[in-house]
Amino acid sequence: MEPNDRLSLDAWANPSSSCNGLPRKMSLENPSFTNFNLQQQEQKWDDTSILNYGIRIEPPFLEFNQASESEYLLSSTCNNQPKVLDQEDGLNNEALQTSKSLDWDPRTMLNNLSFLEQKIHHLQDLVHLIVGRKGQALGGHDQLVTQQQQLITADLTSIIVQLISTAGSLLPSVKHKLSTGPPNGQLGEFLFPPLAGMNCVPQPQHGSGSKAVQPLQHGSGSKAVQPQCVTGSKVSDQCNQMDVTGSFGTEQNLSIEEHEMKEEEDADEGENLPPGSYDILQLEKEEILAPHTHFCTICGKGFKRDANLRMHMRGHGDEYKTPAALAKPNKESSLEPVIIKRYSCPFAGCKRNKDHKKFQPLKTILCVKNHYKRTHCDKSYICSRCNTKKFSVMADLKTHEKHCGKDKWLCSCGTTFSRKDKLFGHIALFQGHTPAIPLEETKGPSLSCDKMDGNEASNKSGNINFSFGSNAGGGAQNIIEVKEDADDPASYFSPLSFDTCNFGGFHEFPRPTFDDSESSFSFLEAP
Amino acid sequence: MKRQKTLETSANNDNLFDLLSEEIVFTILDFIDTNPLDRKSFSLVCKSFYITESKHRKNLTPLRQEHLPRILNRYPHVNHLDLSLCPRINDNSLNVISNTCKDSLNSIDLSKSRFFSYNGLMSLALNCKNLVSIDLSNATELRDSAAAAVAEAKNLERLWLGRCKLITDMGIGCIAVGCKKLRLISLKWCISVSDLGVGLIAVKCKEIRSLDLSYLPITNKCLPSILKLQHLEDIVLEGCFGIDDDSLAALKHGCQSMKALDISSCQHISHVGLSSLISGAGSLQQLTLAYACPVTLALANSLNRLSMLQSVKLDGCAVTSAGLTAIGNWCISLSELSLSKCLGVTDEGLSSLVTKNKDLKKLDITCCRKITGVSIAYITNSCTNLTSLRMESCTLVPSEAFVLIGQRCQFLEELDLTDNEIDDEGLKSISRCSNLSSLKLGICLNISDEGLSHVGMKCTKLTELDLYRSAGISDMGIIAISRGCPGLEMINMSYCVDITDRSLLSLSKCSRLNTFESRGCPHITSLGLAAIAVGCRQLIKLDIKKCHNIGDAAMLPLAHFSQNLRQITVSYSSVTDLGLLALASISCLQSMTVLHLKGLTPSGLAAAVLACGGLTKVKLHLYFKSLLPQPLFEHLEARGCVFEWRDKEFQVCP
Repeated sequence: MEPNDRLSLDAWANPSSSCNGLPRKMSLENPSFTNFNLQQQEQKWDDTSILNYGIRIEPPFLEFNQASESEYLLSSTCNNQPKVLDQEDGLNNEALQTSKSLDWDPRTMLNNLSFLEQKIHHLQDLVHLIVGRKGQALGGHDQLVTQQQQLITADLTSIIVQLISTAGSLLPSVKHKLSTGPPNGQLGEFLFPPLAGMNCVPQPQHGSGSKAVQPLQHGSGSKAVQPQCVTGSKVSDQCNQMDVTGSFGTEQNLSIEEHEMKEEEDADEGENLPPGSYDILQLEKEEILAPHTHFCTICGKGFKRDANLRMHMRGHGDEYKTPAALAKPNKESSLEPVIIKRYSCPFAGCKRNKDHKKFQPLKTILCVKNHYKRTHCDKSYICSRCNTKKFSVMADLKTHEKHCGKDKWLCSCGTTFSRKDKLFGHIALFQGHTPAIPLEETKGPSLSCDKMDGNEASNKSGNINFSFGSNAGGGAQNIIEVKEDADDPASYFSPLSFDTCNFGGFHEFPRPTFDDSESSFSFLEAP
Repeated sequence: MKRQKTLETSANNDNLFDLLSEEIVFTILDFIDTNPLDRKSFSLVCKSFYITESKHRKNLTPLRQEHLPRILNRYPHVNHLDLSLCPRINDNSLNVISNTCKDSLNSIDLSKSRFFSYNGLMSLALNCKNLVSIDLSNATELRDSAAAAVAEAKNLERLWLGRCKLITDMGIGCIAVGCKKLRLISLKWCISVSDLGVGLIAVKCKEIRSLDLSYLPITNKCLPSILKLQHLEDIVLEGCFGIDDDSLAALKHGCQSMKALDISSCQHISHVGLSSLISGAGSLQQLTLAYACPVTLALANSLNRLSMLQSVKLDGCAVTSAGLTAIGNWCISLSELSLSKCLGVTDEGLSSLVTKNKDLKKLDITCCRKITGVSIAYITNSCTNLTSLRMESCTLVPSEAFVLIGQRCQFLEELDLTDNEIDDEGLKSISRCSNLSSLKLGICLNISDEGLSHVGMKCTKLTELDLYRSAGISDMGIIAISRGCPGLEMINMSYCVDITDRSLLSLSKCSRLNTFESRGCPHITSLGLAAIAVGCRQLIKLDIKKCHNIGDAAMLPLAHFSQNLRQITVSYSSVTDLGLLALASISCLQSMTVLHLKGLTPSGLAAAVLACGGLTKVKLHLYFKSLLPQPLFEHLEARGCVFEWRDKEFQVCP
């Protein structure tokens, strides 16, 4: 795409002047490498789409998100794509840089280093300034001091990360030459450069002392314990993410969860594996209730899905960007005879428990988690709108809240329906049931219908975005199929659409499935 | 009435009536149902008669809701309550009805009433368990809650909801579930009802015989379930624009019970869809295709084998001669055919059609302007059993042709010759139709008293005569009619300018007269009208617009004698405050048109409309709106009266 085109696109995606301000500010905060102009434009593009998300987000969810720590973490893990793009922009730029010039360029390295040097100088000045001020005002400015500390920590972190990535770029750059990608550089190449032998490794000391579930899942028994070497990284993650991408992540997360909740019961419906043809794995209660099952070996950050972890790992260096590192761990072993794994619920007497007479196994870890929470845990999440419905899985609550109050088609039996035809189907089916008419009849149902449609439309576009992002986390195989199709208007919606590239895989997802919440989203499942 | 009196006098001393069983008296009473005043006289004879009459009465048509508690107490056995003359029926009244009538009530007509809500309907449905028929047409303010109340009437069999625009699928759904015994439901103009509601009716109410879905936004979706109804006989789909050929294809699976189908104004139905009728609805007797697809050869052929078909209505369709010929070649002989306002009806098509359909009883060729005497010759030649012929505005038919009608179609009961070339010869011939009860001769400029005298002499059963603007008619003709046709109920002689009081004096002998229209007859005076008032006690509708010589002198006897008068037009007459105030004492009076009365003052008008408690509609000149206080109008509107304002200039009559 020509730069001019890109500019006009930016204008399109960024109609309000208030939106324009933020990206520029951000790019100033994190000054990039020498090819700064290009990066800025890119960043602008990405940020605007993220901002759009922020505008669309509903306030109750935001509040909730902030209230719940675990939820926040989850949301931040889900949006690994944007995180790569804006919070660790140094890395990202680096990645782009390397992919733009497939060969390792010493000049780039020099640029990077000189930039780092510059940055260190800046930091030095800042610290000098603080030292000077401390002399003037003794104490009393605790808040200011902490702010300054945070600022310095953030800068330091950024420097460290960039240093590591610069160093890391040395090794894979050799591999790049060997793998001989097309010279113009497809996105898959520069976004996910080959990563040698990267394996997701749990980190026992992090979180609530949970044993990692991952080994069970992947069948590789390795339990490598790695100390947290880059402690600053996580901090930077959080402070950057909180304001901008945090909100975006919520929405994305929301839609993921919504579809997840349907999976559990449906997943193994119709599956008729003869007993003994599969391995039964049973997790402990603590493992099931642990918020994260995948942990970054470098920074210790926890993730719910290994794919998200893999996405996250890309930020730690080029060695994690190889297709091999990004591929599903299962796939590698696909040559060997695969033993089907099914899961058992640790709750004795449950139908999903392996000792039950009519044992029905659970298909995935996610199924286990949702099943356990729904069946054997307290329903602690209460809908704030109706104050009656309770849920044990947060996603269930969110799904309910989305529709709470919208089910205005009421049957005399108390069942509510969101659609009139469903209500009438129900009434036609049962004897004695009759439509229930509210005492005070509200006028103009058609008006609210229109509104609802509007919401659906916006949800849909949200879902499209999400579908891409989550798929990237889940499989990454679709992302790698990338082609240049700048004219496709669909790319305008995606927060991940880079100015030069559009994701071809996008079109492979049938849109109607997003409208129908009941359809299964098996491709979202953790492997 | 006289008979009763003689009986009564003979039984004066011995009280012979005591010997008669109640059943016998009831049977006698059954015969005096024609005139409400007769029954009134009967009940006023003595206490026992009063009680007998109270027990006998089954139907009640009250005029005011205020009297409901008393009349319902008087008539405990009423089972049909017609409230269409009560403009104002509130929940209170419905409560009174439901608590008084209880299980004896089985039919109620609320089609013209307003001011009631679901509360009243609920009490009606809960207390009157035997209610089988409710007419709620025109209840435009009722919502789903009212429909839910109706749904409590579990034994309901007939329900009319025409123009209940606010009732939606939800309300209809309640009715469908609640009233399982429904046999007839009319949802005409219930524009908020869609496929879902109608579909549920079809699923839940298996007894449905008659279904009126006119002008509903329904589509193909609900039709299959409707056509599965085992007993469906009559379905009206007029103006259902969402219905097309594919919908009728569902008929192929069969709906053998169907006898009548109306798909008028369904623009998306063609002969393709209709062809599925042959296989599906073989017992169809009546088909209405008014203002629908063109009647071509293909259409006629597609309906070829409907062996039970008796009546076809093609009003307003474009018609081809080939199509009409093909209809004539159908294997059956129709008894009723309507081609009114059809474009393209020619002598050729019509003659070949009627030659084959010798059993035709009713024929409507209104506004078939291309046909000539040839068609009439064919019609009269083959369809000698015609009882009804409507041929308004067949302007090319020459006067000779009407002689043929009289000669050959002697069973005619209804004849509409409005705006035709008929002359006295034709009328003389037509007078042979001794069964004639309705004759319309409006705008027949060639007829005179002579022809009409023949009709008066021979058509003794005449009840309806229209002479609107037939200017050749004068007193002689009218006198002949009034002498020869004692059963005359309706006469219109508007703009027959030669009419004088003599006509009215003779017409006053027609005691059954209920509609009298004499607009623009300048020679008639208060005297004549007073005679009518005295003689025609059953007068319901009176139009004396532009009769300048009629004044208050006529209004006083009218107010005194015509206690049944409901509708009066006195515009441009000489009636003043006095006359109007006198009229206000007629308790039945509902509609009044009072424009351009010179002697009318605002206060006189106000007094009249206030005094006339039963008014539902008043047409007034806009001039009065500013002269009378607004609260007056508000008060009257709350009583159920609607004001219509006209702002027409005063027209000076020639």
